Amino acid sequence: MTRSESVITARFRGTRGGFEVDVAFEAPMRGITAIFGPSGSGKTTILRCVSGLDRLPGALTVGGDVWQNDQGVFRAPYDRPIGYVFQEPSLFPHLSVRRNLEYGRQRAVKAGISDQIRFDDVVRLMGIQPLLDRSTSGLSGGERQRVAIGRALLSQPRLLLMDEPLSSLDQKNKEEILPYFEALHDTLSIPIFYVSHDIAEIERLGDTLILLDMGRVLAFGPLAELLSDARLPIARRSDAATVVEAFVKAFDPNDGLTEMDVHGETLFVPGRITEVGKARRIRIAAADVSLSPEPPSRTSILNVVPALAKEIHEIDNAQVNVMLTIGHREGGPALLARISRRACQTLHFAPGQAIYAQVKAVSLVNRD
Amino acid sequence: MFEAGELWPPIRLTLILASVTTILLLIVATPVAWWLSQSRVRWKEAVAAVVALPLVLPPTVLGFYLLLALGPNGPGGLLARLFGIRSLAFTFEGLVIGSILYSLPFVVQPIRNAFEAIGPRPLEVAATLRARPWDAFLTVAIPMARPGFITGTVLGFAHTVGEFGVVLMIGGNIPGETRVLSIAIYDYVESLQWTQAHILAGGMLAFSFVVIFAMITLEKRMGQARG
Repeated sequence: MTRSESVITARFRGTRGGFEVDVAFEAPMRGITAIFGPSGSGKTTILRCVSGLDRLPGALTVGGDVWQNDQGVFRAPYDRPIGYVFQEPSLFPHLSVRRNLEYGRQRAVKAGISDQIRFDDVVRLMGIQPLLDRSTSGLSGGERQRVAIGRALLSQPRLLLMDEPLSSLDQKNKEEILPYFEALHDTLSIPIFYVSHDIAEIERLGDTLILLDMGRVLAFGPLAELLSDARLPIARRSDAATVVEAFVKAFDPNDGLTEMDVHGETLFVPGRITEVGKARRIRIAAADVSLSPEPPSRTSILNVVPALAKEIHEIDNAQVNVMLTIGHREGGPALLARISRRACQTLHFAPGQAIYAQVKAVSLVNRD
Repeated sequence: MFEAGELWPPIRLTLILASVTTILLLIVATPVAWWLSQSRVRWKEAVAAVVALPLVLPPTVLGFYLLLALGPNGPGGLLARLFGIRSLAFTFEGLVIGSILYSLPFVVQPIRNAFEAIGPRPLEVAATLRARPWDAFLTVAIPMARPGFITGTVLGFAHTVGEFGVVLMIGGNIPGETRVLSIAIYDYVESLQWTQAHILAGGMLAFSFVVIFAMITLEKRMGQARG
């Protein structure tokens, strides 16, 4: 696969309803690319431009195919192999669940595209077997959104676009649907653009992150890298956190702790996590990390890991963010620590220094 | 005193006129309603106003202009000559044209409202599911606007059955050609044939009630099916 086949490159610039957009980014043709920003930052506009529902001057290449360029190429949405999941499920009220699901699939097959994403597989993946012959009117919010996702998948997309698919759901429906997203992520190799203003959703699902503000891209790149970048505004949020990939090492039934390996260091997570050797994503809030120049001799905090200080950024006159990497060797995963400016000055923390990070709470972002 | 058979021709003619008119109206009104619901041009409301004119215009005024237009010196007359007749006025064809114009707003308005009620989203969804615009129109817009089509059909038919002024102006009173129900009733009253007038008027009353009642019930049932 050449490089252009493995990436999506986009550039849009123009005004839409008095709102100015000027963005350019690149995303991989795999995994979930989260598009994050405050409301009114242009997230939905970007998604609509990628789908072709809106048109702003620019260029868009998806896996080597030109969907839009400055030479006048612009493929209409019905000529783009996309699936679009809107905020509200938007099922066709005059069709049954089954016929909603079949709507895009039949047209894809008619266009000569083989249905590699099979009807039965999608029905199983989304857990909608019992709903198939019902009308759409009696479904719950979560059920409707699952059908909408299934319908989008069955149109055989090369790129799945999701615009805050959970925002119209209550907490219970959200919890019910999130595992289906994870299943989607693990089972299908279709890249997904996932728009959200909820950082917790993104920490849980995202692989790549595009950060937006006021119609501009602040940064884009691997999620873990961007979350730990203290220069970006998300690191200034009170709920700033980083995610790291960890492998399950062992479970201690006496203390109810699972031992996880992160770059050769050990972290303990409460609760039993099945399947030794499996990779899991864990989240560490910046406010839960404290720093010490020497290994603390006696502490109630279970997780103490060696770390390298990389950069120190002031947030205000009381607090600083310290960017770290885990382990005393270079190249460890990034971590963010939120400490007081006074402590930082008294303990003379400086970039490049080998220190110790105490992590008060480590949580898994997804469950078994 | 009178033969029941003489009442039948105007009833038959009225039903044929209303059926032909309604079918043609649906063909004309659907694209007009669609355009009015989707277009963003500024002068579309002017077009909407022209379509709605028959709602406020006295039927005799509409009939007067139609008479000029359909007569031997109007565009209708030119058209008529192609078919070897002198004028479209005082013909069944002329009556159909007049009825279409007269009943147009009653069909366009409900269909336009129904199209507008769908909103842009379902058609966007269809486009992202690979449906081309024509495909999306036939498989999403039309079925979702069904209540509007039913209302428009019923109103268009009923309104054509009931028209009088326009018919009087452009149709006259030619038995089997332009002598419709409402004209026949007027005629019977004029010539003091009360029995015939009673039968036809009573029939119209019953017909109108049935139409309105059926529409209310239908709308209610569809509302329930949707909710």
